[in-house]
Amino acid sequence: MIWNETMECMSRGDMRLLQEIRLKKTVEHVYHNCEPYRKRMQEHDVSPDDIRKLEDIVKLPFTSKKDLRDFYPYGLLSVPISEIVRIHASSGTTGKPIVIGYTRNDLGIWSEVGARCFTAYGLGKNDVIQVSYGYGLFTGGLGAHGAAERIGGTVLPTSSGNTEKQILLMHDLGTAGLACTPSYALYLADALLDSGFPREEFQLRVGAFGAEPWTEGMRKELEEKLRIKAYDIYGLTEIIGPGVGHECECQNGTHLCEDHFLPEIVDPETGEPLPPGQMGELVFSTITKDGMPLLRFRTRDLTSLNYEPCACGRTSVRMSRILGRCDDMLIIRGVNVFPSQVEAVLCDIPQLEPHYKIIVDRVNNLDTFEVEVEVNEKYYSDEMAKMLELRKNIAHRLQSVLTIMPEVRLVEPRSIERSQGKAKRVVDKRKLV
Amino acid sequence: MIIKQLSIFLENKKGRFTEVAKILGEAGINMTAFTVAENSEFGILRLIVSDPEKGKQVLKEHLYAVTATDVVCMQCPDQPGSLAKAMDIITNAGVFIEYMYAFTAGNGAVVVIRPDNLDKCVEVLNANKLKLLAASELYKL
Repeated sequence: MIWNETMECMSRGDMRLLQEIRLKKTVEHVYHNCEPYRKRMQEHDVSPDDIRKLEDIVKLPFTSKKDLRDFYPYGLLSVPISEIVRIHASSGTTGKPIVIGYTRNDLGIWSEVGARCFTAYGLGKNDVIQVSYGYGLFTGGLGAHGAAERIGGTVLPTSSGNTEKQILLMHDLGTAGLACTPSYALYLADALLDSGFPREEFQLRVGAFGAEPWTEGMRKELEEKLRIKAYDIYGLTEIIGPGVGHECECQNGTHLCEDHFLPEIVDPETGEPLPPGQMGELVFSTITKDGMPLLRFRTRDLTSLNYEPCACGRTSVRMSRILGRCDDMLIIRGVNVFPSQVEAVLCDIPQLEPHYKIIVDRVNNLDTFEVEVEVNEKYYSDEMAKMLELRKNIAHRLQSVLTIMPEVRLVEPRSIERSQGKAKRVVDKRKLV
Repeated sequence: MIIKQLSIFLENKKGRFTEVAKILGEAGINMTAFTVAENSEFGILRLIVSDPEKGKQVLKEHLYAVTATDVVCMQCPDQPGSLAKAMDIITNAGVFIEYMYAFTAGNGAVVVIRPDNLDKCVEVLNANKLKLLAASELYKL
């Protein structure tokens, strides 16, 4: 099923025309209402008048995650704060989060694109949709919530955690669609088997999983264990949240809602645009948002775009699976973690040496997150309680910045490998591609 | 009266203790007693050795995290109730024991004690005529 046939099945020519009009309007809007953007454009010697055709987009400077941090919290808003009705945030590369403001109109766009996702998954007004993404600053919970309400479904806002109750409600209330991270879905799958309720008593048919990378192997496992159809939902907080793109019943790429979020693929090194089909860094310009539109935002995600019409009837561009990242960001249990954040915290703890190692793995379908640290020789204590206290402190300080708690391991002096060139600080053992 | 104990931080990995024993052995240092406090990932090895200064030095050369900790070694008659009596004395003096361990040598037992207040612990044990071993006596055991 298709939620918005006009937009999702538009001819390529019409879509380009629409994108052109919307891009021009957005460029005018940010130029006149957002000082950092105006300055940046003036520095690049480009004015809104220079953006006449879609191709002219390459004249615009890029926006990076660093810009969002530099102009934290409200610097990149293009409307007065009185127009902002909601704030979401994701973790940034250092202690400060990245903050995104939404106008009422932006929230409308968000639920619209979310509705396209859920409709593509075969969900509708007769379905109970259980939102087991975390509710809060994280866009997962409220994003999926808005989408489910928009299609007229019955929302069950369980948020994440409290697994037993999740299963009970899923059983008793007849949940048809489950929205959560794929790793939590796997956890729920095991809990469902353990619950003793026969599978026939559940109405569950569809999973909308996203916010972290997952593999075809995980999809297969989820579909077998839960006996559902599992779909990917794509999104980034900076752009809007979940709903930027979605799979359809063909599951042959992720359709992007390109009438709202204009995608480009560029060479991650040079920033030069790459032809369709070639792999490179995904860049988005939001072309309908009012509150905090971003022009040419570099996602650091590596993928390619396919402009061929899809067998499902949609003509919207499809991106391939995200094949990796061109920076060192890790996504652990749905949370963005930068090694630089870990480093900043550890360097602030006087008892530690500036050597550490981050080890990420997936055990029983849940991400594990370990940080090995070397204690300065002066601070190794003879007392177990003191060593355990130190370890606990380090874990808490990391959690307060990262929002997730790592397993901290104290290791012997000099046992973390010293490297000559670029230190190998991260070991990601998860097989995701 | 006060003995230097070596405390070594060790990860729970195969062969770590073996290596410590080897290093000390090659340096001609004898171990009188040891104990390990451990959790699932690391341990603290506590050693009474014949030459703590040298022991500390050679282990440091091998990049171990070693600290020298002051402890008292109390000789305790090897018979029922004698430990309880000594413990009572320490507790009643308001001294808290961080950890302790014991070994027997000949007819007597030696209890190694790490109190939170070393001076006070020595004082009350002396006052109650409990024998504390000096380093020279201990290493002869």
